[in-house]
Order: sequence, then C-alpha cells, then structure tokens
Amino acid sequence: MSNDNEGRQNAETYELKVGLAEMMKGGVIMDVTTPDQAKIAEQSGAVAVMALERVPADIRAEGGVARMCAIQIIEGIQKQVSIPVMAKVRIGHFAEAQVLDALGVDFIDESEVLTPADDTHHIDKAPFRSPFVCGARNVGEALRRIGEGAAMIRTKGEAGSGNIVEAVRHLRQVNGDIRAIQALRVEELATRAKELGAPVDLVRYVHEHGKLPVPNFAAGGIATPADAALCMSLGAEAVFVGSGIFKSEDPESRARACVHATTHWQEPAEVLNASRGLGKAMEGIEMETLDESERLANRGW
Amino acid sequence: MTSRVGILAIQGDVEAHARALRSAGAQAVPVLREKDLDGLAALILPGGESTTISKGMDRLALWEPVREFAASGRPVLGTCAGAILLARAVRHHPVPTLGLLDALAVRNAYGTQVDSFAVQVDQGAKEGLEGLRCVFIRAPQLEDLGADVEILAQVEGRPVLVRQANLWAATFHPELTPDPRLHQLLLLPTGPPTQAVKQGVKQGAGSIC
Repeated sequence: MSNDNEGRQNAETYELKVGLAEMMKGGVIMDVTTPDQAKIAEQSGAVAVMALERVPADIRAEGGVARMCAIQIIEGIQKQVSIPVMAKVRIGHFAEAQVLDALGVDFIDESEVLTPADDTHHIDKAPFRSPFVCGARNVGEALRRIGEGAAMIRTKGEAGSGNIVEAVRHLRQVNGDIRAIQALRVEELATRAKELGAPVDLVRYVHEHGKLPVPNFAAGGIATPADAALCMSLGAEAVFVGSGIFKSEDPESRARACVHATTHWQEPAEVLNASRGLGKAMEGIEMETLDESERLANRGW
Repeated sequence: MTSRVGILAIQGDVEAHARALRSAGAQAVPVLREKDLDGLAALILPGGESTTISKGMDRLALWEPVREFAASGRPVLGTCAGAILLARAVRHHPVPTLGLLDALAVRNAYGTQVDSFAVQVDQGAKEGLEGLRCVFIRAPQLEDLGADVEILAQVEGRPVLVRQANLWAATFHPELTPDPRLHQLLLLPTGPPTQAVKQGVKQGAGSIC
C-alpha cells in the first residue's frame, strides 16, 4: 500500500495495524459495558468487543459528558476475553488515547459517541502503537482520518438510535464518492482532493484501487440481523453493533443472530433463520424527532 | 487447468488469501458448506478470530467434512487462527479444534496488538523459504510438536511454519505480504497423509486441554 502514513509512521507498524483490521472482516464487533457482557459477546462469536461505560442509547437518554471508559472496566474485560478489546476516546483527546495505548488495548475508537474534547482537531494517530478506527460520513472525512493515521474506517450512522437509515446513507455516500473518484481523469484528482479536503496521495490511491486503503466497516443504528445483512450488501466489510445487542430483550440470541447474518449476508434463507425467535429489538428513534444538535454524526471535522 | 483452492469463509482475511492465491496462479473458492469442498485441490483456513471461526464450524457442521478433506491427502494450510484450528489442543482460552496437527497451540502467545511485529525468518529455513518475511498479529505459538511434524521456518528460535504430511501451519500471515512462495508451495503435490492425519491425532481429536 502506498500512502502518506508510510512516510510519517513506521510502514511496518501501519501494516500491522491495518492487518488486525483485516482479521476482523466478516465479523461483528459488539459494545459491552461489563466483563460478563464481554464474555457473552465472545461466546456468541463476536470478533472483538468495544468497552464502554454506557452504551450509546444510554448516553443519549441520560445526557452529561461522555468520556473514556473507566480503566478498571477495560482491564476486567481484557482479563475476561481472548478476542481483541477496543475502547473509545473523545475526539481530539490524545491524552485519553495515550492512556489506552499504555494499557495495550487492541484498537482505539476516536468516537463521536463520546463528547468531543477538541472542536477543531482530531488526534494525530500515526505515532501510537494501538491502531485507531474513526467514523466517517463521506470519502473526504474518511481520507482525512486515514491521513491522520486511522487503520480502519466505520460509518458514523446515528449511534444509539436503533435506526439504520444514517448508516445506509453514509455507506452509499462513501462508496458513491469512491466510484466518482475512479471515474475522474488523473489531472482532475488534485482539484477533487481540494474539494474533499482530503490528502491528494490518498485520493490517488482511491482512484487507482477503487477502495479505501483500510477496511471499511458499518456502525451506528444496527439493531437486527437483517440490518447487518443490509450493511454487508452495501459494501461494509464487517459491522459494529452497539446498543442493538445489550438493549434488546434477549442479548445472547440477538448477538448470535447478528454474527450468523454477517457471515451469511448473501443467503436470505440464513438471514431468515437468524431472525427467528429473537425477542424484542431495542426501541428505535425516528430521525425527524432528533434535533440537529442531538445528532452524534455531526461531531467530527 | 487452474487449480481451485478453497478458503474457509466464516470470517477473517479471506480476501487477502484470495489475492495471494490469484498471484500464485490459482482460483480462490470461498467455503461455507460441505459441498463447497468438492473438486478443490487444497484448502486454506485463514487468519481471523479463532473463537468466531470455531463457533461457525459448529454451526455449519464443518468439522467432519474438513477432517475428511485433510484425510484425502490434499493440502490444508492454516494461518494464525487457522493454525490454531488445525492443532491437537489449545492453551490459553482454549477453543475446539480439528485435532489434526500434532502440536499444542498457545493463543495470543506474544501479547496484545501492541506486541504484534513483522520480521524475517531465522537463518536455516527450509530451502525455498529463506528470507521469508513474517507478519505476526496477536499471533499464537506452536509447542510440543509430534515426531511427524517438520519445522520449515523459525523466528527467534521458535517454530513459525511447520508441516505434517499434507498439513501446513503458519503462526504468521503469508497472505498479508506480496511474497507468493508459500501459496505456490501449497499447489505442489504432497506425499500421502500420515496415519495420524487419517485417524485424527488421537481419539477424541479436537479435545480441549
């Protein structure tokens, strides 16, 4: 892979970071708030867990400043499971990220779900040992984050809403943007990079390869096995299920069902099997009822 | 005719293996069902999460079909999580395995992601594999190797690539580097399977220690 990060950070380290993202393809990453939930996620076939103090639906309901998870919770989860443990930091809060890096978490999510610590800048992610994942709504945002050193991109969707519409919008937008870049002539790439606010070498990469230089996952509002299958069909390479699992009536069966549907997204009969007898899904939120200021996807610059 | 090589497609870096196979001149076939194994020249168990893949093997009832595939003498390559699946037993967060390779797999033996690394194989690797660059990502180690298991390459004095008749196990990710040698080797004819592979390493193959 040829992009800007090879110059700024050790190319080998970047290869290892993107390599771990590659290993998670075709899998489900689940939000958990306790070691017991992490165990349930692992037993259900999750490829990784995301350690949080509150799932996005609760952050939304309870309000207040949402920060990095308490360290003892992350440590408890690390002891409990063998699958990779991810944790979120506030946008721009590089000191929280340094703490998680020192703790040796497997992935850091610089996430709009938490209250941003910097309203202008994201973390310079290249120097860290832990890989980073960041949210994006379009290809410009995705390439800015990759330019800063992110090793995985996910859609923002609208976390904690149980509503898939925003994740679908962001997946279609990113993939549509990629196709549009592919269709350009070479001399048009620099201007496109300027319009997107993206590093030109990364725009060239997309033009040449027809994809982002790192894996592209879906997140934000996934609540059912069919939601997971929809995201995979729209080109996501794996899915994050946040509030969708542990805010549902029967988390264990729903977790297993989402894993099954993500593996078998191309087989409707299997998604049907996965959708049987799941109990009630989490409550959802209609987007029109959310004020612009309540939309987490608007955070990030 | 182009060889068709299967890649177990429950979860993991299936796409990276497919790319490596194409550059080695083979056709990649995703495997999710027993019938997908028909007519394959070889099978790859990719990297990914061994708990996730192992649970998928349960759900799809693929344990016996894959054991039978191995017993037919056709090559099977397991990389990282795939190597764990081949092993006789697993230490540190055990998972059910195929129990075909006479070795003990130790999961996450080097630590978490921040301990992942890439390095060339030690001097003295098997002919044709000299200088192979190995990418280790939350990698396992193989210990307690049986007499039938040949060490093909080591890193820091530990086996990282081994072979037991038609079974190949790499604790690293040959599919993440552009070097096609290992995927090419997989396409060469191998000897008949050992008795151990035909029967499973021991009764109750795939037991958890």
